[in-house]
Amino acid sequence: MKTTSSGKTPNLSRRKFIISSAAAGGGLTLGFHLPFGIGSAAAQSAADVTEINAWVVVKPDDTCVIRIARAEMGQGTLTGLAQLVAEELECDWKKVTTESITAGQNLARKRVWGDMSTAGSRGIRTSHDYVRRGGAAARMMLMQAAADQWKVPVAELQVANSVITHAASSRSTTYGQVASAAAKLTTPDLKSIKLKDAKNWKIAGKPVRRLDTADKLNGQKVYAIDLKLPGMLNAAVRDCPVFGGKLASYDESKILAMPGVKRVIKVNDSTVAVVADTWWRAKKALDALPIVWDEGPNANVTSASIAEHLKSGLTSDDAFADINTGDAVKAIAGAAKKVEAVYSLPFVSHTTMETMNCTVKLTADRAEVWIPTQNPEASLAALSSASGLPLEKCEVYKHDLGGGFGRRIGNQDVVRQGVTIAKQFPGVPVKMIWSREEDQAHDFYRPIAQCRLAAGVDANGNLAGLLVRVSGQSINAFANPAAIKDGKDKRQLQGLWPEPGDAQIGYTHPNLRTEYAMRNTHLPVGPWRGVNTNQNGIFLECFMDEVAKLAGKDPLEFRRALMAERPKHLGVLNAAAERAGWGKPLPPGVHRGIAQFMGYGSYSAAVAEVSVSAKGEVKVHRMVFALNCGNVVNPDQTTAQIEGSVAYGMTTLHSEISVDAGKVVETNFHNYRVMKIAEMPKVETVLALTHDFWGGVGEPTICVVVPAILNAIYAATGKPVRSLPLGKQGMTLV
Amino acid sequence: MYQLNINGRSHQVNVEPDTPLLWVLREQVGLTGTKYGCGIAQCGACSVHINGEVRRSCSLPVSSVKAGDRIVTIEGLSSDSSHPVQKAWAAIDVPQCGFCQSGQIMAAAALLKNKPKPTDKDIDEAMTNICRCGTYARIRAAIHAAAGNIKMGSADAVTTEKTGA
Repeated sequence: MKTTSSGKTPNLSRRKFIISSAAAGGGLTLGFHLPFGIGSAAAQSAADVTEINAWVVVKPDDTCVIRIARAEMGQGTLTGLAQLVAEELECDWKKVTTESITAGQNLARKRVWGDMSTAGSRGIRTSHDYVRRGGAAARMMLMQAAADQWKVPVAELQVANSVITHAASSRSTTYGQVASAAAKLTTPDLKSIKLKDAKNWKIAGKPVRRLDTADKLNGQKVYAIDLKLPGMLNAAVRDCPVFGGKLASYDESKILAMPGVKRVIKVNDSTVAVVADTWWRAKKALDALPIVWDEGPNANVTSASIAEHLKSGLTSDDAFADINTGDAVKAIAGAAKKVEAVYSLPFVSHTTMETMNCTVKLTADRAEVWIPTQNPEASLAALSSASGLPLEKCEVYKHDLGGGFGRRIGNQDVVRQGVTIAKQFPGVPVKMIWSREEDQAHDFYRPIAQCRLAAGVDANGNLAGLLVRVSGQSINAFANPAAIKDGKDKRQLQGLWPEPGDAQIGYTHPNLRTEYAMRNTHLPVGPWRGVNTNQNGIFLECFMDEVAKLAGKDPLEFRRALMAERPKHLGVLNAAAERAGWGKPLPPGVHRGIAQFMGYGSYSAAVAEVSVSAKGEVKVHRMVFALNCGNVVNPDQTTAQIEGSVAYGMTTLHSEISVDAGKVVETNFHNYRVMKIAEMPKVETVLALTHDFWGGVGEPTICVVVPAILNAIYAATGKPVRSLPLGKQGMTLV
Repeated sequence: MYQLNINGRSHQVNVEPDTPLLWVLREQVGLTGTKYGCGIAQCGACSVHINGEVRRSCSLPVSSVKAGDRIVTIEGLSSDSSHPVQKAWAAIDVPQCGFCQSGQIMAAAALLKNKPKPTDKDIDEAMTNICRCGTYARIRAAIHAAAGNIKMGSADAVTTEKTGA
């Protein structure tokens, strides 16, 4: 048995291989050159392995190596995707391992593995179909190979746990024994493959253990920040702390004699790097480097001036309306009772545990980067453009990420810096690591936003009209202006959209208006786990409790009355309320809050149980979640993601990114307080699945975490919490 | 030149006296299981044991470590991931991204050494390490499992914990 990369089987000797374009989902069968070279997944595999198709490699001992294109950053996608392939492959789960493919391999094989980016909670929901077809096609080829060998119809064969059996003749064989023959067969038409009904799943849908835990327990896992290459140098960088500012000058003579220092490099107009033999020495020298900044006009910006800027968008006439049903303004004006409120949410940072880093090695005809990236193909493009080498001469070695949360997806700032530095050292790998302070000061922050909401209720306590005016910074304006159509940036209203499918508002009403006024700042912004559903979930769901109180109604009952046309939203709301025991007595001093919202194709609801002491100490005792993500591939990892969303969301009760003199104030964990174990509530999850769609898991629930808690605080204190962090209200999370 | 006893082996390193132990471990000795997270002893990703006590190595100058001090890193906690904390972490699938988990495991091992049957309050006080993925609920369950407070039964421990009300 020979590896496909060895070129020793007959078809491979022609350097041609019939491979299905599984990723395209079109059932195409294409012949093209195998690209595997040094550093490829296949070349790194042992010699005696056989690629059945792009997704499945079989070893003689029946080990099935499943290829993973998406990024693993803790969210469990690696295990989930392997479960989906294995389910259709009918292999022995105990003998499954995984292997990452590279961006260069995907490019060379005409993107047979599809989109490699991992964001928007799409890792599973947008690839479940083609990875299952890949697994099924491999199973069919392996079975056909056995049928050919035994000269019996394939329909007479059965398969389970990598063992193929012909009952009539009492013969059996294993995947490892027929892999070589199977690899020579033509891939079946993918489109016509009938996938298993989820009801019959044995591996997918089950709470199997993760495949990637072992080396996270003993220090053996090599994150990109841990990489060691022969002759490697290390770089520390500093970008102007005021965004938009520039380097005026620096005096490298002061540090060149320090131990280990090799060179001081101007990386770009605003960034300087020190390269040394070790990173500690590079950082120490950088800290000692006298730098003069030309901070520019943004040095006058403060959080207060940004707040004023946003405030102007609450009443300005430059907003666009997304939903504009009936006449909300008129209905509110004529209502028996009215309430208006302004909410305000700050910038927050990603603060991944592994700070930004990459290692770059450049030669005259090859550019390589080792990096924790959510989008290896974007990293490849950045590497190519920054190095000046064509894509085919570039390669990205993606390491599993020490946290992503959206920071490592779109903007490849780290690659560009790393390449510029490595250009000074041809043939020498240079690892660039950002200090925590650099990481905090140069994030792409969750956008700052304010919201003016107004509502009226009639004499019977029914909603008469609702107006939602969001004013704040636009991610698209910063990162992707082309996505703004006719000046209407709908993305900032995520979760309030009228359209079904991804992030639809959960309420309908004859008089409803949602608006957005763009107010940008000099801070860079980007996607942050849950993106704009975070802010919009707080705005809408906290205000709903204010309106319910005005109407004299229970928050749950008030919501239900507006959700008749949104059965899936209502379904999770009811499921969470039921599990939480909504309306039933609580211990003295404990109060409940509820919220529902939609994002990433999934429906979420939460109930929080909270007490607030006389000193303003907020304790979140318990949170109950209901999630409908349609189908679940690994329920245990799904609940892990929900638990994680609680911690990531609750940190925003503690902390904000504020701006003074144009700079970010919160530079490390001493002043950017991150939630710890003592503050973690008990979390219960109801997977309220309807099995008729595929929604996301990693991001959806975060948008109900904070509103449910804030509504419980409102219930406890009688005072709505309209801005964060809690310190602004004289409260603190304990 | 500093003489260090790391995971039972003697190492000589030639670094400046203010070099943090973290960077000696990572860049001189080649033990990268101990992580950099903040550099100011706030997050705990760099936690190691020195003479059995948990310490944050990012803020510990190598010059403050004595030649006789016994330094244990995640790589030396056990030879085969058989420490009860490691076994509990595996049984309950604690890690998500995993980056903070070396420090979490070292902190938990030190806690259990001092308090073999820790209460939730003990855990709250001892486990001040930061995890951005939010594995806290499972860390708590795994510490109880390692202590024998609850059954070490794959997913059962966590499920019971989550649905116990």
